[in-house]
Amino acid sequence: MEILIPTIKLATIYPEIIITTFAILVLLLQVFPTVIGKDYLGYTSLAGVILAAIITGQGGASGEGGEAIYSFSNMWVVDNYSRFFKLIFLLGTGLTILISIKYTKDEGINNGEYYSLLLFATAGMMLMAGGTDLIVIFLGLELMSISLYVLAGYVRKRLISNESALKYFLLGSFATGFLLYGIALLYGATGTTSLKGISGFISEASFGSPILIMGMLLLLIGFGFKIAAVPFHMWTPDVYEGAPSPITAFMSAGPKAAAFAAFLRVFIEALPSLQGIWVDIIWVLAALTMTIGNVIALVQDNVKRMLAYSSIAHAGYVLVAFVSTDKLGVASILYYMLAYTFMNIGAFAIVIIIGGKGEEKINLKDYTGLAYRYPLTAAAMCLFLLSLTGIPPTAGFMGKLYIFSAAIKSGYVGLATIAVLNSVISVYYYMKIILAMYMKEPESSVQHSPLVFTPAMIIALGLAVYGVLRMGIFPSAYISMAQQSYLSF
Amino acid sequence: MNYQNLPILSIVTFFPLIGIFIIFFIRKDNYRLIQWIAFITALIDFILSVPLYFSFDSSQWKMQFIENIPWIEQFGIYYSMGIDGISLPLVLLTTFLSVIAILSTWTAVTEKVKGYMISLLFLETGMIGVYCALDFILFYIFWEVMLVPMYFIIGIWGGPRRLYAAIKFFLYTMFGSSLMLVAILVLYFINHSQTGVYSFSIPKFFGMNLSMNLQFWLFLAFFIAFGIKVPIFPFHTWLPDAHVEAPTAGSVILAGVLLKMGTYGFLRISLPMLPQASMNFIPFISVLGIIGVIYGAMVSLAQEDIKKLVAYSSVSHLGLCMLGMFAMNTAGIQGSILQMVNHGLSTGALFLMVGIIYEQRHTRLISEYGGLWKVIPVFTIIFLLVVFSSMGVPGLNGFVSEILILIGVFKRNIWFGIIVTVGLILDTVYLLWMFQRVVLGEITKDENRHLKDINKRELLCLLPIILFIIWIGVYPRPFLNKMQASVEHLIEQVKFNNNTITEDGEQEAHFSYGNFNTND
Repeated sequence: MEILIPTIKLATIYPEIIITTFAILVLLLQVFPTVIGKDYLGYTSLAGVILAAIITGQGGASGEGGEAIYSFSNMWVVDNYSRFFKLIFLLGTGLTILISIKYTKDEGINNGEYYSLLLFATAGMMLMAGGTDLIVIFLGLELMSISLYVLAGYVRKRLISNESALKYFLLGSFATGFLLYGIALLYGATGTTSLKGISGFISEASFGSPILIMGMLLLLIGFGFKIAAVPFHMWTPDVYEGAPSPITAFMSAGPKAAAFAAFLRVFIEALPSLQGIWVDIIWVLAALTMTIGNVIALVQDNVKRMLAYSSIAHAGYVLVAFVSTDKLGVASILYYMLAYTFMNIGAFAIVIIIGGKGEEKINLKDYTGLAYRYPLTAAAMCLFLLSLTGIPPTAGFMGKLYIFSAAIKSGYVGLATIAVLNSVISVYYYMKIILAMYMKEPESSVQHSPLVFTPAMIIALGLAVYGVLRMGIFPSAYISMAQQSYLSF
Repeated sequence: MNYQNLPILSIVTFFPLIGIFIIFFIRKDNYRLIQWIAFITALIDFILSVPLYFSFDSSQWKMQFIENIPWIEQFGIYYSMGIDGISLPLVLLTTFLSVIAILSTWTAVTEKVKGYMISLLFLETGMIGVYCALDFILFYIFWEVMLVPMYFIIGIWGGPRRLYAAIKFFLYTMFGSSLMLVAILVLYFINHSQTGVYSFSIPKFFGMNLSMNLQFWLFLAFFIAFGIKVPIFPFHTWLPDAHVEAPTAGSVILAGVLLKMGTYGFLRISLPMLPQASMNFIPFISVLGIIGVIYGAMVSLAQEDIKKLVAYSSVSHLGLCMLGMFAMNTAGIQGSILQMVNHGLSTGALFLMVGIIYEQRHTRLISEYGGLWKVIPVFTIIFLLVVFSSMGVPGLNGFVSEILILIGVFKRNIWFGIIVTVGLILDTVYLLWMFQRVVLGEITKDENRHLKDINKRELLCLLPIILFIIWIGVYPRPFLNKMQASVEHLIEQVKFNNNTITEDGEQEAHFSYGNFNTND
């Protein structure tokens, strides 16, 4: 029997190879005792991320003019879509590493494993964005999720962190089960796991087999869990609150974007003929997710938890664009996820700075009068919050404008109206933080220890501020990047 | 130097940012210097804006001083600025009142001056931008951007209930503007499907062919956005809170300029873009306007706080403004625009004067005053003049705009005219009664015996306003001339489009008219 060896273009996975190599390298490096402390572990990982980003950005692996390159028996693709998402992930990971360096030292978790897991999660995310086969996507999702389960509980001595990890693991595995069932049913119905194969089969065969629809629904639940769409969001607040803050920042940006990347690709490339069914379901999910996320955020006093609910609401906005399945919709999701990475990690960076050692100061009252002690920090936080609200001239506004245009263009004026009214609701809780920072006198009973700013943190904040303003005032370059990256379908 | 070739509108709009940049580098304890720089910035900005008036060609209605630079080409968003006879007076009013507002805070605000001045200057940029923007997205950005500094001004430097007032102001406006964003995007895609071009340029949306039903919904969205800002009667509840809690300069800007953004929105967007719906809405908005006039006056009558009284008087005056605008004739709309300017001047001055006595007594209750004419005669004379101006006494500015509006309203509907004329008498009652209780009579409180009369700086704030109050009252022609052509063109746009209603549209028009009557 002759075994056919598929043609493999290694060049298409250079960025993933680099990230994985660095993940292992960081693990090995920490074995050697050094006199210079352990900061270099973080910077080494950062170097890996930057290197991978450069290669992804240059598109050395993809074709001229941005056409898609398939490899590994068509299980893997490098196209503009996956490249854009990979850049979002790498940006998210890079910013997370920058805001982790001091945090890990404070909490005594400055180990190679921490960065190694971060990088493995990133590699998993990249697999999800580039996979064109349900198996590859699933492997990526698992690599990412398992790394995250560990990271969520990484501060071993903190009870709430343990709870977070356990909850995430139990519920996460449950959701993975749904996803896997969905994949199995799709395979049963169509006889293939390749996205192209599935869509080809459905368009040829008579449409509407119950197994197929069941499989699609299970996939929807699985992805719905990963993007924290209501009603699959129950894990989010507890996990986000309990996980170490840099990991929370990371989870709300990168992995969420990765889940969206795979979600979009699977539904648009493999299941376009079922669009009539899933569009309606996602319409309802979007409306629920936005509204419930925003309304529950209104009553939170813990800023970290508030941002967790806000991140649920933002997933809802992205789903609004999902509903309008055309080019504009996909481009707007790409743009929004990039904008969201900047503004949300920026906001979390400040939560980390204020939280201090042991994350004790994460309540609204710890923010009172911040503007008079640290005017620049407060101004940066104010900018991130305004961007999350969607006030111009910030990235958040342009992102929302983009998303709402996509929805209205496809005729979903009702959903767009629900979305804009939701941004009005969100004003209230974001403004609560601004109000505390600027308009309340600090309570004299609260002792304020001075905040510590490390260079890495300042670089992260600077990048986030730059990103938010640049994407808000001169968004043209990013918009055309996003436009070139829509899925070729 | 050829004035026409300079990007003069951008210079006027963004000049305050230079002031902010300089203030940024000054130590915060050096607040005198910060105040001076803010004042000089605003003054230079005003001086820069004056030539706009003289080089404005009043013989044509077209947009002038146009700037058009591609900004986000993928969406057809342009950085597009220009003014016509409708926006010109409002731009000048903004630059003028900003100088006065900054000058008025010299001693009123001595804490956190740096942030205050930065907010005021930032606000000025936002406000001028709204009046100059000719691109929908640009318009929307300026519209939203100025929410933030105003939120800070009310929330940081305001009175005891400032936090409540600030968030209420923010939420109300944001609610309206978010609906406006949806309406803008709907218009944008309809325009694209009709012309095949993606464009947000405001003039390109004039005279679009829209079905009656669609016009109705779009008008409703814009109506809520602008109606909250004006504020029209049922949406007015944020206004007294914001006005009373805001510091004096904030109130002056709020009453003088911010409220006009709503009325301006109707003139720039609702009327020319949705002419048939505008015609259908005439009775509805006129009735709301009349309710505003009478309700505002009655509530003012019952106020014990002078500032709250002035705030409610704004509801009354702007009700009149809306009524004049929706008379849909030259006299009515001209009167309405002039009323915007006049209201800015007289209400601005009233807030300044309330601020002057508040600074000394720290109370605004009418019952705490009385007999001030014996102690502070100069104040009394100016106060009387301003109250007269607000009442619409002949010879002063308020009279001119009120009479124009009344002419317009009588032409449109004689019953509206009669009711609103009666309503205007109430205006006289509450203002004179307040004047009587505060200024006339015997001195009832000993604390008032030591009040200081207006000082030079305060006089410098008020005199320019007085000058315009008398000038517009005696010789309004130079002001009306500039807007004539634009207003006439606007009316033509509304009428022309109404004449070209198709058979189909006609039917739909009746249908939605009936609908709207049953809703009412």
